[in-house]
Amino acid sequence: MANELVNRPEFIREELDQAFGVVEKPLTLSEKVFNIGAVRKALLLILLATIWEIYARSLNNPLLFPTFGATVQAFIEGIVSGGLLTKATYSVKVLLMGYFAGLSLAATLTIFAITTRAGADFLETLTSMFNPLPAIALLPLALIWFGLGNGSIVFVLIHSVLWAVALNTHSGFMSVSTTLRMVGKNYGLGGLRYVSKILIPAAFPSILTGLKVGWAFAWRTLIAAELVFGVSSGSGGLGWFIYENKNNLEIPSVFAGLFSVILIGLFVENLIFRNIESATVRKWGMQQ
Amino acid sequence: MISPTPLLSVDGVSLQYKTKQSLVTATYRVSFDVYPSDRFILLGPSGCGKSTLLKAIGGYLNPVEGAIRLKGQEVKKPGPDRVMVFQEFDQLLPWKTVKQNVMFALESSGKLRGKAAEEKALHYIDKVNLSRFANSYPHQLSGGMKQRVAIARGMAMEPDVLLMDEPFAALDALTRRKMQDEVLRLWEETKFTVLFVTHSIPEAVKIGNRILLLSPHPGQVKAELNSDGVDMPGPDGQKLSDKIHNMLFIDEVEDQEVIHG
Repeated sequence: MANELVNRPEFIREELDQAFGVVEKPLTLSEKVFNIGAVRKALLLILLATIWEIYARSLNNPLLFPTFGATVQAFIEGIVSGGLLTKATYSVKVLLMGYFAGLSLAATLTIFAITTRAGADFLETLTSMFNPLPAIALLPLALIWFGLGNGSIVFVLIHSVLWAVALNTHSGFMSVSTTLRMVGKNYGLGGLRYVSKILIPAAFPSILTGLKVGWAFAWRTLIAAELVFGVSSGSGGLGWFIYENKNNLEIPSVFAGLFSVILIGLFVENLIFRNIESATVRKWGMQQ
Repeated sequence: MISPTPLLSVDGVSLQYKTKQSLVTATYRVSFDVYPSDRFILLGPSGCGKSTLLKAIGGYLNPVEGAIRLKGQEVKKPGPDRVMVFQEFDQLLPWKTVKQNVMFALESSGKLRGKAAEEKALHYIDKVNLSRFANSYPHQLSGGMKQRVAIARGMAMEPDVLLMDEPFAALDALTRRKMQDEVLRLWEETKFTVLFVTHSIPEAVKIGNRILLLSPHPGQVKAELNSDGVDMPGPDGQKLSDKIHNMLFIDEVEDQEVIHG
């Protein structure tokens, strides 16, 4: 019968095997090298560049799709002749202005939102209204309000950063555990000290995501705004560099312009944000 | 010897809290007194409002009726004179090391600063045998170690009363027993006053010198018993744990009769 238990003898092993070899074995050099994320990503980039080069050569139409080599050459020429570097610096400067203005507004709004119920309603309503609105759609209006200049670009940048950051920060604050909140209150924290000592560090993973998303939104908006803006203004950043070179049919330079946008993006993501992450949320075990 | 004035007095306290659907009465006219150096246990089945009662003593909730007084002062809001140790492991700040967590408590409450806070923190971390881990982050510790840090943090504050809300409920049985012994050892050293919430009868009998038994829905005082921690059969031939068990068990039977009747 199936419901009868099988009878087995008990046993105890007095001596255990010693033949299992080493318990902990160091990884080989190739395994260690391959464990470094930067190495894996660099290999991937080399592969992509090779595919690009092969495809562009087989296409053999530098007007439509220049080779990787030609793009790098145009990029170096752009830097040496000075045009690309000044334009990139110009873009980054405007970007930082808009980014930090957006961040401080987002901070004000979220602090208002967690301290009062009216503030929370205000933030939720505004976020759901303005978050889906593409920043670039506000550019025509901005041009009328602020004229042809950095004012308009900073305005649309603020719009693109503010809602993404505020939304993430606020949802981060909302998800701070009741226990941590009670601990903060227990030791007599209140007001801004409570926000800065409990809420901000506890919500830091979400805040960091907000900062990253905000940064990416700002970049996109900036380049798009400069493309539109460049038409009517002589001075300009990377977007204008791209637009100008397209008009001159300098397609490798157009690619070089896009290339620098990508490079700056990679730099910020992999060096700045990655280092902030490993010094904070990863060290604290709040993120793997 | 017990000093004649209670340290903490809970006087006819009724507690209510709102859920989305209804207003729940958690406790009804609960009264008890805690004297200095008491290991006072709040024991009862789930739904007897023992945790809510502890939160009210912590100052997170105000009674709708009655009053809670600490050293004669009415409790109105949370404060560092009543430190809570929670059941949840996430009560430690994950962005601070063990030492910084204890120092954070001392510094935030304005009790001590700088070097003095560090010394006191290390002293109490040593008391719970975690000196080796003073510079570790909470995520590198086991559950039992985290609770020990929380206890060290609470004790370093040297509060009038330490409030422990089922601090060992989420630990495995073995660690749990070790932690109970440790609390008793710490108590022998410093004789702190502790209010301890649990739903485990053996834990209550082992840790407490005075046990308040609460009946559920809403919480009301059913009995207040003394314990010497050894749980031997008393003059009536009954062990303390059996006596408590019977009282809680009879409650259950009555409950079922009400439901079926």
